[in-house]
Amino acid sequence: MPRTQIEPQFPTERLSILDSDGKLDTKLEPKLSPDDLKRLYRAMVLGRRLDERMLKLQRQGRIGTFAPIKGQEASQMGSVFTLTPADWMVPSFRETASMLWRGWPIEKILALFAGRLEGSQPGPEQRDLPITIPVATQLPHAVGIAYGIQYRGEDAVVMVYFGDGATSEGDFHEACNFAGVWHVPVVFVCQNNQWAISVPFKKQTNSRTIAQKALAYGFPGIQVDGNDVLAVYAASRQAVDKARAGEGPTLIECVTYRLGVHTTADDPTKYRTDEEVKAWEQKDPLTRFRAYLEKKKLLDPSVDEQVDEEIARAVERFETMPPADPLGMFDHAYAELPPEVAAQHAELAARLESPAERAAPASAEPASPPMRGQRRTSRWTS
Amino acid sequence: MAKLNMVKALNLALLEEMEQDPDIVIIGEDVGVDGGVFRVTEDLHRRFGGTRVIDSPLAEAAIIGCSVGMALYGLKPVCEIQFSGFAFQCFHQIENHAARYRQRSQGRFHCQMVIRMPFGGGVRALEHHSESEEQFYAHIPGLKMVIPSGPRTARALLVAAIRDPDPVVFFEHKALYHASKEDVPDESEAMPIGRAQVVRDGRGLTLIAYGAMLRVALEAAETLEAEDGVTPEVIDLLTISPLDRETLTASVARTGRAVIVHEAPRSFGPGAEIAASIMEGAFLSLEAPIRRVAAYDVPFPGFAREKATVPDVARVLAAARETLAF
Repeated sequence: MPRTQIEPQFPTERLSILDSDGKLDTKLEPKLSPDDLKRLYRAMVLGRRLDERMLKLQRQGRIGTFAPIKGQEASQMGSVFTLTPADWMVPSFRETASMLWRGWPIEKILALFAGRLEGSQPGPEQRDLPITIPVATQLPHAVGIAYGIQYRGEDAVVMVYFGDGATSEGDFHEACNFAGVWHVPVVFVCQNNQWAISVPFKKQTNSRTIAQKALAYGFPGIQVDGNDVLAVYAASRQAVDKARAGEGPTLIECVTYRLGVHTTADDPTKYRTDEEVKAWEQKDPLTRFRAYLEKKKLLDPSVDEQVDEEIARAVERFETMPPADPLGMFDHAYAELPPEVAAQHAELAARLESPAERAAPASAEPASPPMRGQRRTSRWTS
Repeated sequence: MAKLNMVKALNLALLEEMEQDPDIVIIGEDVGVDGGVFRVTEDLHRRFGGTRVIDSPLAEAAIIGCSVGMALYGLKPVCEIQFSGFAFQCFHQIENHAARYRQRSQGRFHCQMVIRMPFGGGVRALEHHSESEEQFYAHIPGLKMVIPSGPRTARALLVAAIRDPDPVVFFEHKALYHASKEDVPDESEAMPIGRAQVVRDGRGLTLIAYGAMLRVALEAAETLEAEDGVTPEVIDLLTISPLDRETLTASVARTGRAVIVHEAPRSFGPGAEIAASIMEGAFLSLEAPIRRVAAYDVPFPGFAREKATVPDVARVLAAARETLAF
């Protein structure tokens, strides 16, 4: 019997609208209102400036380890911008800009990275999951939510974020496979930032793109210039609209770059060159979008200042939060505490009431041991 | 009253709950058209359709992971993992997410879901089809771990598990599926999770068991009464976690002696926690060291050697007699 072609060739497309030299493809330029463009830019600046502020807070020991987003603002804002409040957003752990856009207060994000459970509580109506730290394990959650949406016939979609490293995990495969079989309204947004801590994309997969992996699951994948907010927006708009119309999942690969550290415990000089970082700095998503807005006379020069002011006020609110009540660890462990756990709650309550504990509350405030290159401040040494 | 085996009793619980609550969905491998490899979900696909009784692709992590998502959304999934030996491929979804979401989200979300798994030996099945691994789940805060011992407790506990707002791992012993029939009430019935049952009143010794080991313990108790003149009390644990310390310590405070029987390997098994609880709650009443009769601490040896490691009546009798003679 002859060999026959059973699948047609699947082309994998790459979308770029505004390149790093500022060249614009006007035919593909999305129709965003001046107001939307301004809001997008402001949100990207907020993501960048908060990142910078958080690095300082971390170095001072005022928050713990976190994953900076610098360089990935366009991937996050171009995609999340297409959601409505009725839609669901499922982050991994490097989506600060997306989370801010979805309404997470800055002080809550700071609390989260200061090791406080309060920081991972979405608002009562907010359709966002908190961050997920084990890589790729949030992907099936997104598919399950999308199944629920389809089950109840609701008008909503799910957008789920993950990185290039996540695509090597079994949960990525299983989630994509289930999404394809169930044909549910989910948009997979991969921020391919080239590095999974120290392992480069080339060592992560022998696939030329992440986008093409979607084809094996029976739904479309597209690669976009992840530092081009217009391209990310255009691809996301199409994917979200398709999902909403009952046309199933899409995988979007945003090719971007983590300009900073993996987390504040990481030293990237061990595994990548300055030249590489500098080359990507030339493709900074904020630089080209700022130039684009300038041409359109939409750039408000006071944005940086406004954003810094917003951050400063939030940092103040964060710093004046009452200390974490140790008993809070029991509040949401179960719907109703089993007797043994209730007894443990009582034991801790009694310990907190003891004279020694009241004099020097060893269990009340978490000591933050300084990490490499980190200075202690008086607040934490007292 | 209807006389049902455990498969039919579980099926009845699923049917009754699904009729009451449209948010309940069933998901697993072969649970739909085939009715499950043990037929626990038989006929539910025909009754409720493929969107409520979901024949999923073969992938444990996504069965549990997607169920977590469904639960966060507001559905109440009842998942079937075909054999508990395969659950390590979804263990991370259970431990990292199902058990933690209430706390992580500070009450904004929770996972009302049941994870059903057949477990245990005695059915001449290959590796990964005969293990007893409840201890892994019992150790996870935020999760409940339930093991019924027969048709009536299976139905009543499954109803309770489905209604429980927290995630429940529900182990069904394969050797019990068709072992016996029991009267099951016509009206739906729920038993509280976290409560053990004294199934045989006695004095001088407490035998503590669950799942298929309950029959072993009861048989040993009969023999002890006939041959040794003691009337052991027998406790059916039913819930491994949260453990019913009150019932355990109250019993041993009266009897002074305890033997714990389980199919899981001995070291760090449920017996260790049970023994520690009794020590804490009834130390001054103890007349002898607490004994554990359990599987040996070796990887499951295959069914040709299974009988030598799974506790039987003779081993329980030997341990009980040593305890009584101490």
